[in-house]
Amino acid sequence: MANTLEQGTAAGSGRRPGTPPGDGGTGPVLEITDLVIEHRRERSREMFRAVDGVSLAIGAGETVGVVGESGSGKTTLAMAATGLGATGSGGLRLLGRDLRALRSRELRALRPEVQVVFQDPHGSLDPRQSVRSGLRELRGLQPERTSWIDDEALLEQVRLAPELLDRYPHQLSGGQAQRVCIARALVMRPRLIVADEPTSGLDVSVQADVLELLRASQRTAGASMLFISHDLAVVRSICQQVHVMFRGKVVESGPVDQVFTDPQDPYTRRLIEAMPGARWRARR
Amino acid sequence: MSQFDASATASAVELAPAPPGRRRATRRAGGDRPRRARRTSVFWLSAPLILIAVTVVVLPWTGLLHDPHQQDLGNPLAPPAVLSGGEWSHPLGTDKLGQDVLARLVEGGRLTLLIGLVGALVAIGPGTLVGVLAGYCRGWVDVVVSRVIDAQLALPFILIALAVIASQGSSLPILFLVLALTGWAPCARVTRSVAMTVRERQFVLGLRAAGASEVRIVLRHVVPNLAGTIVALGTLQVGTAILVESALSFLGLGIVPPDISWGAMLASGQDVLSRAWWVAAFPGLAITVVVLLVNLLGDALLTHHDPRKRRR
Repeated sequence: MANTLEQGTAAGSGRRPGTPPGDGGTGPVLEITDLVIEHRRERSREMFRAVDGVSLAIGAGETVGVVGESGSGKTTLAMAATGLGATGSGGLRLLGRDLRALRSRELRALRPEVQVVFQDPHGSLDPRQSVRSGLRELRGLQPERTSWIDDEALLEQVRLAPELLDRYPHQLSGGQAQRVCIARALVMRPRLIVADEPTSGLDVSVQADVLELLRASQRTAGASMLFISHDLAVVRSICQQVHVMFRGKVVESGPVDQVFTDPQDPYTRRLIEAMPGARWRARR
Repeated sequence: MSQFDASATASAVELAPAPPGRRRATRRAGGDRPRRARRTSVFWLSAPLILIAVTVVVLPWTGLLHDPHQQDLGNPLAPPAVLSGGEWSHPLGTDKLGQDVLARLVEGGRLTLLIGLVGALVAIGPGTLVGVLAGYCRGWVDVVVSRVIDAQLALPFILIALAVIASQGSSLPILFLVLALTGWAPCARVTRSVAMTVRERQFVLGLRAAGASEVRIVLRHVVPNLAGTIVALGTLQVGTAILVESALSFLGLGIVPPDISWGAMLASGQDVLSRAWWVAAFPGLAITVVVLLVNLLGDALLTHHDPRKRRR
């Protein structure tokens, strides 16, 4: 099979191995309509709406950002999109298939299509597994999907030295561990990458590198991306579309430049003003 | 007796891994030297235990000891050799039937150590199974298991032991049954809480996203991450099992003659304690030393058994 990402993409522009039938590849990768997710508050009967009537769609190859302060329901939304968390009520279609109508076996077959990159890279790796044995396990789980690239080439894709294959997570820096997480996501050749605050846990000096890597690999792999962040500058640099969330609701959405240069909602305006260097940027 | 359970649970609760933030801080702080110290402490704690175990197994075969069951009614309560009136033919003296204390101590050690080992296994096995199941599945499984654990811990240990032994008689398998019945709950409680924290780690979500089955996640990721806790719990349980056996034998509910255990020796020495302290003191000392070593070893293993400290 193809050995580099570019070739892999060329082969993948048709139907990929493991892609469920009935997916033309033309519709949106992820389609959320009027999604409501409620959590039960601890020790009470009261329900708390973490996500309140959110709608968004991600087309093939598109990067959509969701911004908001902590507690605004961003992560709940992301987990629902992957089918890993609570799915609530409302429309939730992944690759044209209703996530809730799937039986557990079908859901498990669909899951590799969505890969997640979390905020805490060390928490996303089993401390008892070296990088190599972790990748070996992924390959065992999805032999066909992952055979397009070998370990060394994969690490090269995320700009890591092959020596790191035998390291354990605690022997990796935050940036290195996050690159390993990205590699673990890429090896599955997902149609959608959900990045939940992927740079927030990293030192400022490596944030830009990891972000650039994420953008580049998403582009070459031809995957779509749902990018969750509280950092407006980061969202602006990486996304085409952005949704601003506030207390579970989307208060504003649209193309990134439009939302940032001409915010309509007062909350969005406040967020943008609070950006470091906002005044300077506005004058420019 | 319940204070043994309570102390085991109390120290076991601390076995749960610290929150990630704190853990990372200690990882940064830990250089090479503390790691080496920990490794040697495991060695220095396990070495005497192994020595004791080898001694009690091998020594009776050498023919150097008296027959532990051989009575000499003409020479009861002979003091240890180092005291006045003692003879080197009975280095630790004799009991009220003239039986050699040293020979009985060695013979009793075999049974006591066996009880400690098997008693720990029968408690750890089901306890871990139930605890991991409850902690990982949550939901109604967790509710049911947690209530059963609470109920189990509310029952006085001695009540269970009396009920089982009164109805089934006293034998080694019954003793193991009692140890399993009373020991599984603290283990289940600790493994449950650790399994709950491992379950919430993000790598579990990542594996699910890769299409891993729940069974696989539990067996290949949750249980290995619990291994340190299980090993530590196991060693603590060895100590508890030995103490439980001693207490039961002391009450005449455990090992009955002609079998010998340290607890049974302790019981037989109590009525002559004022005249011949050595009959009870040596098995008591043996119990104390072994339980202390085992518990310290458990603590050392817990800190040692962590991939962060394994190699660098």
